[in-house]
Parts: sequence; structure tokens; C-alpha cells
Amino acid sequence: MKRSSGEEAASDVRGTWRAVSGALGPLVALGLVFAFFAAADYATSGESRFVGARNLRTIAVQTSTVAIAALGMVVIIISGGIDLSAGTALALAATVLAWCLREGYGPVAAVAACIGAGLATGFINGALVSLLRVVPFIITLGTMRAYVGIAKLVGEETTVRPLPNQIPDWLSMLVATRPEPEWLVLPVGVWLVLGLSAALAAVLRWSVFGRWVFAVGSSEATARLCGVNVPLVKVAVYTLSGFFVGMAGIYQFARLTSGNPTSGSGLELNIIAAVVIGGASLNGGRGTVLGTIAGAAMMGLINNGCTLLGVSSPAQDIIVGVIIVVAAALDQWRQRRLSN
Amino acid sequence: MGGDSFLLEMHGIAKRFGATHALRDVSLAARAGEVVALIGENGAGKSTLMKVLSGAHRPDAGTMHLDGKPYHPTGPHEARAAGVAMIYQELNLAPDLSVEDNIMLGQELHTVGLVRQRAQRERVARALALLGHPELRPQARTGDLSVGAQQLVEIARALVFEARVIVFDEPTSSLGHRDVQHLFAVVEKLKRSGRAIIYISHFLEEIRTVADAYAVLRDGQTVGHGCLADATDAQIVTLMVGRSIDDLFPSVAHAPGEPVLALEGLSGRKMPHNVTLTLRRGEVLGLAGLVGSGRSELLRSIFGLESVRSGEVRVAGARFTPRPRAAIRAGLGMLSEDRKGEGLAQDRSIEDNISLSYLRPYTRWGWLNRRWRARSMAGLMRSMEIKARSPEQPVRELSGGNQQKVAIARLVHQNADVLLLDEPTRSIDVGTKAMIYRMLGQWAAEGKAIVFVSSYLPELLAMCDRIAVMHRGRLRDVRPRDQWTDETVMACAVGAESE
Repeated sequence: MKRSSGEEAASDVRGTWRAVSGALGPLVALGLVFAFFAAADYATSGESRFVGARNLRTIAVQTSTVAIAALGMVVIIISGGIDLSAGTALALAATVLAWCLREGYGPVAAVAACIGAGLATGFINGALVSLLRVVPFIITLGTMRAYVGIAKLVGEETTVRPLPNQIPDWLSMLVATRPEPEWLVLPVGVWLVLGLSAALAAVLRWSVFGRWVFAVGSSEATARLCGVNVPLVKVAVYTLSGFFVGMAGIYQFARLTSGNPTSGSGLELNIIAAVVIGGASLNGGRGTVLGTIAGAAMMGLINNGCTLLGVSSPAQDIIVGVIIVVAAALDQWRQRRLSN
Repeated sequence: MGGDSFLLEMHGIAKRFGATHALRDVSLAARAGEVVALIGENGAGKSTLMKVLSGAHRPDAGTMHLDGKPYHPTGPHEARAAGVAMIYQELNLAPDLSVEDNIMLGQELHTVGLVRQRAQRERVARALALLGHPELRPQARTGDLSVGAQQLVEIARALVFEARVIVFDEPTSSLGHRDVQHLFAVVEKLKRSGRAIIYISHFLEEIRTVADAYAVLRDGQTVGHGCLADATDAQIVTLMVGRSIDDLFPSVAHAPGEPVLALEGLSGRKMPHNVTLTLRRGEVLGLAGLVGSGRSELLRSIFGLESVRSGEVRVAGARFTPRPRAAIRAGLGMLSEDRKGEGLAQDRSIEDNISLSYLRPYTRWGWLNRRWRARSMAGLMRSMEIKARSPEQPVRELSGGNQQKVAIARLVHQNADVLLLDEPTRSIDVGTKAMIYRMLGQWAAEGKAIVFVSSYLPELLAMCDRIAVMHRGRLRDVRPRDQWTDETVMACAVGAESE
């Protein structure tokens, strides 16, 4: 029996479709949240400020920092780990970037140092998790504090502010709401997020490394039995996440135009929330890039929409909290139904 | 047979899940003081039937009576209250709690929320005494006990709430020989105390030891039942598979060739201890011994899953440091005895599970060509007779036998030359067993070498060229098969002086 290549292509498409449909829940939820705010906005103000292109671009730009860091987080979570230090590591990277600019090392070196700092934080996390065999939650709880400390050392306990003429235009453009040139439709920074997402999705689905990450996350013992170098994969996973943390640090700096050593505290929870709302399992072995981006976008929509509608900040917090719990509960329910 | 003398009666039970009929028309009855063996291949509907009995599923049709009264449990709690207890294959114990706390878990004796310690202790002691194991300390941490002792804790749990019908779901699948004997004695005691026992098992000789009556399930239907003394093994097997299996142990001609695996004084951290052994191409070497004798540890040390303290491993003359990756490169393949926890990544697809150890053929610059892989997997699944919807189906959804085929397909796929098989036939259906036996012979004929660990002596004696017996981490004796008998292997395994 030989299968025609047409049939094979069909099965390949089916497989890809299945991978996409894994993120269907978050995407549908994203649509609902969007529709809700659009309707509520129109009903209360009589005009559509929310769905306007300018507002949507603003949301996209505001979401970028968390979305990029969440790309790294989803890989860690698929591999069965967690990274509580992502927020402070991101601030550390941004502080390093600001410091390099202020000291006159030039923008290219500064950006490289920022990504390097991200990679280093990730590598340290991964190496500690692999070598000490302590659960990642505890390791990164520790490094979370340590990275704030290092950032404060770099910034001498205060915010690092480079002069405006030391910040290159292309760095500010990353978070500019108006696309430049116009035909790009979306701001450059948002395109970069989408590009990185596509690249990561391809790595997870079509690379050997991707297979290893999923295998380690769903059963470390099986991965070991199959000759996968589990400690090495973990180091690679955390280092890769460190790259995204460094990238997120660039966005953070571009938005604040300064490096604040403590600006990342608490951000890790938004990052993890985006991944969880996106349908990843904290038990490992499950998660998608598409879902993660949807999760990050959803949180961006909610924050922006609530502000437009004049919902108070405490209420916003409560809404995001409820959505995290509901998303996780719905996902559990879906999984149970699937396995029956 | 007077119908009213049955303690438990299930009649005409049917249960559908979507389009599949898990149960069509099943009847099962058990008297007080009787052990009824429930026999059937995996997927025959035994588990579903037991879930109906324990209230986890509601039947679509049929009636159940307990002690002559209608019995319609709406959940496990009600079944328990009515006196129906399940002892599952996988133990449901909290390892960090004490024996006593585990036994009383969910049925604590309390006054307004305060546990009545003394009353509990009495109940527990009574249950353990009834089992004939008063030596089991109620304060011991459950996770520290052997699997056999943990099973006793589970049974004691059933006794504490006065279960009258006790279901054992393949209770011996994870026990060593001695624990099995203890378990049989316990079942006998329970039976004499007037309880009805339903005993699910794959092992015919085990059923003959403990059971009085049998019922055979196939494709969700009762295809035969009666008194065990009146049925031959062949009759029962024929009922199970719907065809007669005359050659369960097919022999494929093969002759040992040059040595391929050599162990030189191999010692692990605790076990094995100083094992020296040579394995030839085309040879099936059986590894017998009690559970805990170091058989698994020996295989795991060779493969590098456990650390080696001293000694060396040579494959085809070349020395290598045991690590899984190096072992696979050298042509070793390992089948884990723990299919659920280690052998297979349950949430991953069939194709991921088969190919994980050998992705190289589909890889270029670290990128995987999924289409090449799918093609090769489809072929492998067909030749291994893996029944599944698609190669992308998660392994979790497959039956035990099909899961085992996936695990073995991985070794075939990675082209392993030396196969280390740890309990390959444990808790799988007869059909898959026969297939594994056939493959053993074929592999040997192809010049592969096989180490076959099993706790089931008849299959070792039937399939192996040589049998090695382990005792307390040491290789006690290696001899050609025809120089062994049931008795001599067992005597060697328990450490009795050889003649």
C-alpha cells in the first residue's frame, strides 16, 4: 500500500490544522473579549474609539513587551519548567541597555549587551535547574531577587537615563504607534514580534529541538530513555527564553526611554498569565505560540478597553484575575472531555 | 443455580460511548465465599464493566442486584457504602501518609471534625489482622513499603468499610513471586470470611490457583462462564481470543553466533553486583529472579540509566561508557518495565514516541521532515499491527497491548542490535503476547541478541536459549534452557542451596 503524496500532504495539513486548533480556545476568547469591548465602547460613548486603527496599534505596541517575553516563557512551560525571574531579568537587560547608551558605547553595542544580558540570565537559570536538580520554581524565585540586585548595581540604585540624543531613532521606532513607512500597516515593533513568533512556532513544530522540548515536558524519564540529553535541553530552553527576555528588555527600554532596575517586578506574572491564558499546561508538554500571543493580546485588550470605558484600576485587576482562572478551568474541562 | 443465592448479580449490562459499544450484553454473578475470575483480552470491556460496578459509569441497560436488592450506584461513594470495593492495578495511595492514614483516608472516624485516633487504630489493627499481616506497622510511611505491602494497605482500606464484594484488577502485575503467594493467601482468607471476590487477571495458572468460577469477556460480551474445574486452559484461551492459539510460543529456528554484548564485573551503586556475562548474536537470554533481585537494575546499568560504579560494558568488542545516547548509538535498545511512567510519553503522539530515539533519518540541519517521518511511521505501525486512528493519536488513548507495541516499535525503528527487554509481556493481551514471542524468534534469526527479563517462568522456559537467574543483585547461575526446570529456577531465585 503506497500513499499518494496528495494524501500525505493532506495529512500534513491536518496535522498543522490540529496544532492551530489547539490554540482555538484562546483565539475564540480573544474574539469575544474584542467584541465585548467594541460593543461596550460604542454603547457608552456613541463612537468607536476602541476599534479605531490608532487604538488597536497602541494596544499592539503596549502588548509587545509581555508578548515577546511570553514567547520565551511558553517554551519553558512546555518543557515542564517555569521562570519567575523573567520580569526582573527583563528589567536588568533594559538597565544594561540604558547604561551602555549613557556611557557612550553606541546603540549597536548597547543592544547586543542587552540581548547578551538576557541570554546570560536564561543560561544561569537553566544551568542551575539542571545542575542542582532543584525545582525551577525555587531556582527562579531566587534568581528573580538576584537579578533585581544586579540591575540595581548596574544602575547604582537609580533609574539610568541616557540623553535623548544618545537614543537612536530606530530604537524609538520599535514602539512608535504610527507605522513608518505607512504601507507597513502595523508598527515595526509589532512586525518584529510576529516574525519572532512565526520563527519560534516553526522551531517548536519542525525542529528536532522542538520534539525534544515537548518530550522532556511530557515525560522526562521517557526522553532520557530515548537518549535525549535532558539537562542540555533544559539549559538550551532557558537560554532561548533568555534571548526573548533580552528582546523584551529592548522594548521596555524603548517605551520608558530609561532603564529602571525595578521596573520588571511583577511583570513575570503577566508573562506567565499570557502563556496560561493561551492554553499551555503548567504540567508541561502542552502549549502553543499562537495561543500565547492570543493570551498576551487578550490582556492588552482588557487593560486598554477598561481604561477607555473608565473602569477603575482595581476592577481591571480583578477582571484579569478572573479571566486567568476561567481560562485555566475551561482548558481543564476541555482536556477532560477530550480524554474521555 | 438458584439466582437468589448470588451476592452480586449483573445482568444484560450494556454501555455505549458515542458510537462504540464498550459493553453489549454482559452478565456476571458471584456468590458469597466465591472467587470469580474475570478473563478477557485488553479492550474486551473488563475495565468498563468494573467501572459500572463501582458506580463510575452508569449502564445504558441491564440490572444489578446486591444481596437480592436492586443496586444502582450513582458514584464511587455509593458503591463503597453498599459494600463494593475495588483494588486497582495502580495503587491509589498517598505515599507520604502513614499506613493508618491511608487506610482511613476518606472514611475517617471523627467527632465534629476531630479524628478519633483510638477507634481508628483499632479498626486498622483488626483489618490488618484479618489479612494475616499484623506485622504491618500502622505508623509506617506508606511510600517506604514494598509494592506488595502497599497493596495490603489498599485491601485493608476495603475491609475497614466492610466491603462484601471486592474486585481485584490484575493485582499481581507488579508483584514479585513471594508477594504473589502472600496475596493468594489473603484472597483465600477473604473468600472464607464470606466475601465475594471478582479477580481480573491475564494469567491462567494464577486464576487456577485462586478462583473457583470464571467468566470470559470478549468484545463487550460474556462469551462463556462456568466452574473453572470443568474448563481446560485451551478452552478458555479459545473463548478469550475467539480462535484457538495452539502455538502461543512459536519457535523460529535461530543459532547463536559471535559474542556481541560483554559485561565485565559490572556493578551499580547498590545493584547489580559484579556481573560478568556474554551474550551472542542470535541468542535469547532469559533473566529470571524475584522482583528486587536486580534484574531491572542490571539492564538499566548496561543502558546507562543508572550509574555504574565499576566494571565495563562492551558492545561488539568496543568499550563504551553507559549513557542512553551512547547506548542507542552502539545499537542497544531498552524496553522499560514502567510503560506509563518511563517507557512512553503518554501525552505525545504515537509517531513522536516511536521516533524520539532516532530522528536522524528525517533530519537535516536540525529540522525535521514530518512528511518523511509520517510515511515511515505509517509503515511501521502497519507491520507492528498497532491499532490506532492515526499516527498522531496520543499514546494515552491506546490499550495496554497497543502501547507496548509502540514501545517495541521504537526499538525496531532505531535498528537496535541488542534488545534489553524488561517485562515485555506484562499486563498485555494474549494476542500481543503471542506477537512478541514471534518477534523474539525472528529477531534472533536476524542475528539480534535479546535479554528477556520476566517474572513469568513458563515464557522464559519456552522462549529462551539460556536462562540466567539473579539473586540479591548477583548473577547466581547461567545455564542453557534444557538444564533448567520451574523448580530449579525458583530455588535458585530464592537463594536456596543448589544441589
